[in-house]
Amino acid sequence: MAKIIVVTSGKGGVGKTTSSASIGTGLASRGFKTVIIDFDVGLRNLDLIMGCERRVVYDFVNVINTEASLNQALIRDKRIPTLSILPASQTRDKEALTREGVQNVLDQLSKTFDYIVCDSPAGIERGAQMALYFADIAIVVTNPEVSSVRDSDRILGILQSKSRRAEKGEIIEEHLLLTRYNPQRVAIGEMLSVEDVKDILAIPLLGVIPESEAVLKASNQGTPVIHDQESTSGMAYDDAVRRLLGEDIPHRFVDITRKNFFKRLIGA
Amino acid sequence: MNAVNFQLKGSVVTAIVLELYQYDPETFATDLKDRVQQAPALFEHSAVVISMDKFDGSYDLINFITLVKQCRDAGMQPIAFRGGEKHLQSAIRSTGLAWLPSTGARNNDRELEAPAATPEVEKVVETVVEKVVEEKVVHRASKVLTRPVRSGQQFYAQDADLIVLTNVAEGAEVLADGHVHVYGALRGRALAGVRGDKSARVFCQSLEAELVSVGGVFMLSDELRERCWKQPSYVSLDDDQLTISKI
Repeated sequence: MAKIIVVTSGKGGVGKTTSSASIGTGLASRGFKTVIIDFDVGLRNLDLIMGCERRVVYDFVNVINTEASLNQALIRDKRIPTLSILPASQTRDKEALTREGVQNVLDQLSKTFDYIVCDSPAGIERGAQMALYFADIAIVVTNPEVSSVRDSDRILGILQSKSRRAEKGEIIEEHLLLTRYNPQRVAIGEMLSVEDVKDILAIPLLGVIPESEAVLKASNQGTPVIHDQESTSGMAYDDAVRRLLGEDIPHRFVDITRKNFFKRLIGA
Repeated sequence: MNAVNFQLKGSVVTAIVLELYQYDPETFATDLKDRVQQAPALFEHSAVVISMDKFDGSYDLINFITLVKQCRDAGMQPIAFRGGEKHLQSAIRSTGLAWLPSTGARNNDRELEAPAATPEVEKVVETVVEKVVEEKVVHRASKVLTRPVRSGQQFYAQDADLIVLTNVAEGAEVLADGHVHVYGALRGRALAGVRGDKSARVFCQSLEAELVSVGGVFMLSDELRERCWKQPSYVSLDDDQLTISKI
């Protein structure tokens, strides 16, 4: 049985798809058979981030409507053989996602994959609810600002009331992934700190992804940023994947680096 | 300016009405005691208006002074008579109680069945009360929430206390007919005594609420920021004013 991970946030633009792509890639590169599903029907993005947009023939909705088989719709990643992508349909809307249809697809994928990463759309409506309903593990992507934190809190409430596990009285494993973190701006009070966000959301911290130009560059190139192990974001995503797999490693890139501190002192 | 000793005001007072149908001095006393026994807390020291509106017996048997004494013996506090024929008014005033005019045909009173009379005792008196309260101890288990209450969630403990072991987030709402306890930060809304219990309280480890309310009286965060903000505190209602106190 595959483990189903939902990457969700409530708020849009916080880095759900970027995180889904990097975490899926990180799991697959460690040998786990992994599939990333784009639940953002109508606003397909994952294929761009993964750099496979030209290879989309059939999509998630085609499979739900049994217009195509899973094997026809799944796209194999060119870099990592254990990674597949199930793209969203661009021409449909979220109403095309039925609970039975989604369950069918997930059941089929469960037989061959170790991890199913569900990239949730923004919002708390049907698309987001379908993405989180079957999840075993939730990764809540949050930016260090108040509106993102509040939306994450809201989505945690929905995970606790409207997911399959909640209905069965079971608990979903919840993880906080703090993205676009900038220690300098935290220091001058322009951004919430890791501790502030942890205090409000009260769930374990999976990782802190520092704000980095590498993320935008990677998106535009269609290469998940985790492949860029020179960048701080790439390293931070790799750490997050290791923690997800049970390793206990310290958080990096949370504090202002000493070099920067002295640079600031001498006004450089 | 002269100090004012008093002010006269009109007011509506709730009282129990003893609707007298017939009167027999002996059976009245025993029947009344039986009835009081059924709900002592309701009748004890309660203000009672003795209504003659529906009296259908013989006036000859009524000694109003005895009637009032019998009521007092049963634990009631008669405050006035209501209705009855005009010629009775002087007799009524001799008891020292007030006389109120009849309120007209008010037949919407809920009538209480008299207890089944035993065959050998002739039923002569029926008392009618406006409100029937059944006395019983109701105890509902408190509702306990072990996980954080998230934005958009709402929990209500009916007829009971609500206990939250961790935080109540901004945009979340917790309500109880009794007390609300939050053993974490209270950042959302907490309402205690939502059905009017003014003795209910809101307790929390850190007061950062958007709104707190007891018995319908509420206070918003702007005001709360000036009192015990982010401190362990409780909210209570004293003289219809919310009081925030440090624990």
